[in-house]
Amino acid sequence: MAEQPNLEDRISGTLKKLLIASVLMFGFGFALVPLYDVICDVTGLNGKTNSSAAAESKEVDASRTVRVQFVTQTNADMPWEFRPEVRSVELHPGEIKLVQFFAKNEAADTVIGQAIPSVTPGVAASYLKKTQCFCFNQQTLAGGKSMDMPVIFYLDPAIPKHITELTLSYTLYNVTEREQQKSKDVAVHRGSQF
Amino acid sequence: MTATTAEHHDHHDDHHHAPHGLKRWLFSTNHKDIGTLYLWFSFAMFLVGGLLALVIRAELMYPGLQVVDPEFFNQMTTVHGLVMVFGAIMPAFVGLANWMIPLMIGAPDMALPRMNNWSFWILPFAFSILIGSVLMSAFGAGHPSAPNFGWTFYAPLSTTYGPASTDLFILSVHMMGISSIMGAINVVVTVFNLRAPGMTLMKMPLFVWTWLITAFLLIAVMPVLAGAVTMMLTDRHFGTDFFNAAGGGDPVLFQHVFWFFGHPEVYIMILPSFGIVSSIIPVFARKPLFGYASMVYATASIALLSFVVWAHHMFTVGMPLAGTLFFMYMTMLISVPTGVKVFNWIATMWRGSLTFELPMKWALAFVILFTCGGLSGLMLAITPADFQYHDTYFVVAHFHYVLVSGAVFSIMAAAYYWLPKWSGVMPNKILGEVHFWFSLLSVNLLFFPMHFVGLAGMPRRYADYALQFTDYNFWISIGAFWFGASQLIFLAVAVLCCMKKGEKAPMNPWNAPEEDLEWTVPSPAPFHTFDTPPVIK
Amino acid sequence: MIESYRLSVSLLGFGGSCRLVNPMTERRERYPLLRRGFYHNELHYGKVGVTISINPETLSGPFAASKNLRLPTAAGAWGKQGAYAMPSTLFRRAATALTLLMISGVGLASDWTERSDHNLRPGVTPISQDVYDLHMAILYVVSAIGILVFGLIMYSVFAHRRSKRPKPADFHEHVFLEILWTVIPFFILVGMTIPATKVLIRMDDSSASELVVKVTGYRWKWSYEYLTYQDDNNVGVNFFSNLKTPAEQFNRPALEAGLFPYGTAAENYGKDAPEKDHNYMLDVDKPLYIPSGVKVRFLITSDDVIHSFYMPDFGLKKDAIPGFVNEVWTNVPVGNEGTYYGQCAELCGKNHAFMPIEVRVVAQDEFDGWLAAEKEKAASGPDLTPFSSLESALELGQQKYAASCALCHGANGEGGIGPAFVGSEMATKPEHLQEHIDVLVNGRNAMPSFKAQLTPRDIAAVITYERNAWGNDTGDLIQPADIAK
Repeated sequence: MAEQPNLEDRISGTLKKLLIASVLMFGFGFALVPLYDVICDVTGLNGKTNSSAAAESKEVDASRTVRVQFVTQTNADMPWEFRPEVRSVELHPGEIKLVQFFAKNEAADTVIGQAIPSVTPGVAASYLKKTQCFCFNQQTLAGGKSMDMPVIFYLDPAIPKHITELTLSYTLYNVTEREQQKSKDVAVHRGSQF
Repeated sequence: MTATTAEHHDHHDDHHHAPHGLKRWLFSTNHKDIGTLYLWFSFAMFLVGGLLALVIRAELMYPGLQVVDPEFFNQMTTVHGLVMVFGAIMPAFVGLANWMIPLMIGAPDMALPRMNNWSFWILPFAFSILIGSVLMSAFGAGHPSAPNFGWTFYAPLSTTYGPASTDLFILSVHMMGISSIMGAINVVVTVFNLRAPGMTLMKMPLFVWTWLITAFLLIAVMPVLAGAVTMMLTDRHFGTDFFNAAGGGDPVLFQHVFWFFGHPEVYIMILPSFGIVSSIIPVFARKPLFGYASMVYATASIALLSFVVWAHHMFTVGMPLAGTLFFMYMTMLISVPTGVKVFNWIATMWRGSLTFELPMKWALAFVILFTCGGLSGLMLAITPADFQYHDTYFVVAHFHYVLVSGAVFSIMAAAYYWLPKWSGVMPNKILGEVHFWFSLLSVNLLFFPMHFVGLAGMPRRYADYALQFTDYNFWISIGAFWFGASQLIFLAVAVLCCMKKGEKAPMNPWNAPEEDLEWTVPSPAPFHTFDTPPVIK
Repeated sequence: MIESYRLSVSLLGFGGSCRLVNPMTERRERYPLLRRGFYHNELHYGKVGVTISINPETLSGPFAASKNLRLPTAAGAWGKQGAYAMPSTLFRRAATALTLLMISGVGLASDWTERSDHNLRPGVTPISQDVYDLHMAILYVVSAIGILVFGLIMYSVFAHRRSKRPKPADFHEHVFLEILWTVIPFFILVGMTIPATKVLIRMDDSSASELVVKVTGYRWKWSYEYLTYQDDNNVGVNFFSNLKTPAEQFNRPALEAGLFPYGTAAENYGKDAPEKDHNYMLDVDKPLYIPSGVKVRFLITSDDVIHSFYMPDFGLKKDAIPGFVNEVWTNVPVGNEGTYYGQCAELCGKNHAFMPIEVRVVAQDEFDGWLAAEKEKAASGPDLTPFSSLESALELGQQKYAASCALCHGANGEGGIGPAFVGSEMATKPEHLQEHIDVLVNGRNAMPSFKAQLTPRDIAAVITYERNAWGNDTGDLIQPADIAK
């Protein structure tokens, strides 16, 4: 192949392109994370709800009602009692509802909790709009104290007709140690908006 | 990096200048030597992975926990999967690529010989780390756990709940990934730049074509795997929450990222097999390959479709209906180009003049058994039924049909086909026949009953099982020991060839057509070949 | 009374089950027959011969004592016990199988709850039937494709070999054929997707359920919480469900019992006592109850890693993901009451294989009664009755230890994932007593909190047991009131 004087250049050219491609694909692996969040928001892939306050509802579709059921789950190392004050509500799409969740720290020490919301069926998630939620922020309770934590939400009137009931679940995690850790070293903390 | 073959042009050297002893192998930049290293390494890993599988089968032979405890059992399933996928099958294909691609396209060597050396020598270290963690678990003080979360290492089992050795595992996967990416880059650069004059892309042997497409898949998805394990690492130690629900992450995201890598990965492990079989069948049918162009297009469309089917591994995680339907349709679609390939192979044999030497036997077994695996794959694509099949032994049966009686059988076919060229002697016929027939019978005894236990509802990765699964598990274990022992026969075949014991091989022992350039060089292939590019008519 | 009886045959063994009327409840239930003769004697060791031993006493539950059992003997008569032995030849095995099949009766093929050894189970719900039909349809399709493809290959292998055709043809293209075998499979696939899509859409409709149960996966047990039932919005019944099979049944160190851990066929012939009963690895201490004829929605989540709720007879499998909730539903038609088993289907760590699911489907009025009793229990608060003696505490403690602690701490307190108790500081020193209780109640590191899983009485019993068993003879008797404080 001596008749190809620029063989080495061609080889290094291809090599460079491929190396760049691999680096880009490495980046793409990480880009899948925000991409996934976007896809989830659009399709309700994982049943996540909005993580910051939504705009107020405008119109109410009084022609139908949807039942929203509330479920709580307390992670094993979370010493709180945590339950909804009402197990379910029925509401018209567009109608604004306030629901209280009761929390009591049964441990002696202060514990910081973070509630993670999830909606099933997943497609309903993007129609459940929360204007206020205790899950937007971490909640701190001193030992033995209790409180009511409010959620104000409405269902987007665009919610498909076939959805007549949906379940809003909160899993409560103990993030005390993580927070102490974080105040020590400032680490990258994706998803702290919850 | 690009200190290439050009320097060899001035002096027409041959064996005399080749280094000897340990240095020859450590510092080799010769594609044949590196290919040999890859092949031996992958065979060693095949035996190691097989040994781990036999621990699993020994435990499952009878109900109850007889041999190992469930924790160690999980480590066995995990490391068996990792070693077989990343240590046995992938390096075997890279070894075949190293040996054969330059010979097939009339190139003097791979385009990036030093990178080639590096990409091989990373592997032994990567696997020492991984297998070291198993040895520590089995014999070390305090028995720290080796990776125990399955080769799919789903979060949070591998992150929040992973053993300390997970970090070793992450390092090891990074090294394997770097090695694979370098190997793939080398293949692409070689194929694009070093083809002999006149060897247009559509004249390339299918093995080269399938490897080229595989290499692109590798470059596209191995970095994503690296991304996934990097996210695991930062989740474990640097306070991120990619996969941790408590911090707002999502464990299911891990599965999406993993299978975005994982599904193309399964095609990475089968496309080169298609190439091997497409090289072998025409030679023993004495007829040109049927539908060359459609083979190339089918391979390319399989590769492209492989990027949009990943979520069929995760139908049970609770996707919305629309997503489930999309992935079901795409998955079923992928069987069309795969079917085209099978029909092309049959048409190649049709009205040929067939003989059944060892490579052809393995290739035929590949076609039939791979098709079995493909058909059970089609069943798995039917989502409502997949809810039942998912994570049972039916899936285990499916992917072992494609990977063992598929990929491994094709590698065996390749070895019997090209061993005369590599070593200069014909593989021992008697041993080879025994090896083939034992493997064929035992592999079916091993994997076919897994369909039954799977359908009956035995979940995979179970260290113990309910009694209705007892009968089949016993026979599966018998098949496993038989299959494992049969592979030692191949060790004998390979060692005999390396020791040059046996019938001397002519230049073209299988009477391959003269377009197949690898058969135009002497047997064994000299240290340097095609210093002057061949002329392609 | 045995209502129906059926033996099934596979290539490698026989299976059987019978449908019985429960003498206590007068309900039909289905009991698989233990096939000890096949599993442990003939098939495994192949020494002596075929032993078909179907003994009423191998049936568990109330049937063990039933006087009404009649089982077929190999001779074709019905008797108290069917046992038959003969030398094992392939011919004789096949003949026996056929005989037994004929005895079992053709009309029983409609028994679609049959526990299968080699095929998907049709299950007991319309959805699981649909899934089974889909499975069989696609199985026939792929079998037909397989027969076609393998037939062509085999024809070519025999008809086109060199000895028959020394001169090969030379074609290597045929556009029409190539289009044909692209298009035809495509349409076959389209044909398959239509019914599959329909079933998927049916599965997706979880609306209008009358009972909602939250299912939570734990390492390594399930917990069930009844949320709503008909108009009752706040049922408030929840409990954990642990594997019942005791650890000494499955722990069997390598070759400890020799090459024939169950004895040879000759040694076992005529013996009744089963080594492991047929629900080995499947029975739980407290099953999930659901009513028949009622749409039940399961909300599935997990406390730690990903698990998967797998109930083959209902056609269900759904992952339990920490922090997220999935839902599936089932509706078992009236008439299919019985006990159904499932298992965890997603690798979740060491004891992944040891967290079965047992579901009792009962008639709705029976369910109402059960639920009312459970609610009453839940409302009356924890039972704080003190133990009358150390022995009574130890007895309860041993049970609870085996169910909840043995998997991690060893059946005999020797340790495992968790620390050992035998002679440990924690379990013997009085100054560690409070700490011992605290760790069990609130958890520490990898040790989960058992506050929700065990009652104060259970906890007191377990602590007492751990401090008195295996030579830890501290004599400590902890009372429920000490725990509830």
